[in-house]
Amino acid sequence: MAQRTASSPSVRGGGPAAEPKSDGAVVRDALGVGIAVGLSGFAFGVTSAGSGLTLLQTCALSLLVFTGASQFALVGALAAGGNPFTAAAGAFFVGTRNAFYGLRLSQLLALRPLVRPLAAQAVIDETTAVALAQPDRRTARIGFTVTGLTLYVLWNVTTLLGALGAEAIGDTSAWGLDAAGPAVFLALLAPMLRSTTERATAALAVLLGLGLLPVLPAGVPVLAAALAAPAVLWFHGRRLGSGHLRGGRSGEGEGRSGRPGEDAR
Amino acid sequence: MNVWLAIALTAAGCYLVKLLGLLVPADTLERPLVQRLAALVPVALLAALTAQQTFSAQGALTVDARAAGLAAAALALVLRAPFLVVVGAAVLVTAGARALGG
Repeated sequence: MAQRTASSPSVRGGGPAAEPKSDGAVVRDALGVGIAVGLSGFAFGVTSAGSGLTLLQTCALSLLVFTGASQFALVGALAAGGNPFTAAAGAFFVGTRNAFYGLRLSQLLALRPLVRPLAAQAVIDETTAVALAQPDRRTARIGFTVTGLTLYVLWNVTTLLGALGAEAIGDTSAWGLDAAGPAVFLALLAPMLRSTTERATAALAVLLGLGLLPVLPAGVPVLAAALAAPAVLWFHGRRLGSGHLRGGRSGEGEGRSGRPGEDAR
Repeated sequence: MNVWLAIALTAAGCYLVKLLGLLVPADTLERPLVQRLAALVPVALLAALTAQQTFSAQGALTVDARAAGLAAAALALVLRAPFLVVVGAAVLVTAGARALGG
């Protein structure tokens, strides 16, 4: 598998299941993620309304921004008294990771140029995670589309309901809804931690993200944590003794093979 | 008005970075280093976001009921629970920990 993907970079050897996967199975996976995360728009609606944004402003964020972490970052910064520019900058920084997802997805999905502006709005954590978990391009496209559409519709409906219900609920943190965000991120991250390289990157990123949090403006520590990726690659390259990086996906291939039961899926 | 300005800036900025990733020419990605980076950077960002949203409040580090919720989510993941169960476990355990005086 590692060999095949290394020689054909356009097709990713997705999850551990390299064997063909039925369309129905992909749709089920995609719906599962889309529905679960879509429902967490409720938490955003509640948080946003609780931060003092109007119903229209809250819904505009979910319709137009449609990348949950940025939305949470924005209303958090506004609630904390940030000015519109620093608040937007923080949300923007949190959203820049989507550019990297796009890099990965454009190669994997091979979208037509006309489709890209439309597909771009759906380039987020969840659609990327589902698409990357598929064994081939066809299933990746199905996974991306179904996850994106389900999530967009549900996220916006539940945002509206959450904002409407915010007053009725009262203290939203008592309901534990603020734990939904990190749990979603962890669930998206877990299947990606296949090899030592991925795990080391995640660990270093956690250290950077938390360590820099008290000293840098909101949003910046997360971006700085992205440096864990080149840092680990550089170290990995040196440790191989050759001082350069070997074929594209070799690390991942090695991580998967020979470790049954560790597919994290 | 200020809030609308922040919303407009965020919406425009977030859409543009999404589009930017899709528009980068494909041959840029055929370099192994770029491929490895594009695959690893999301891992770093998701890990940092998970940690920050669990252990921060108003720009400071803190440990509260969310940590218990995240631990529950991790346990659910180890047990191969479905996505919704993972998120539900985090919410319920966090709410429970707060109810018990967290």
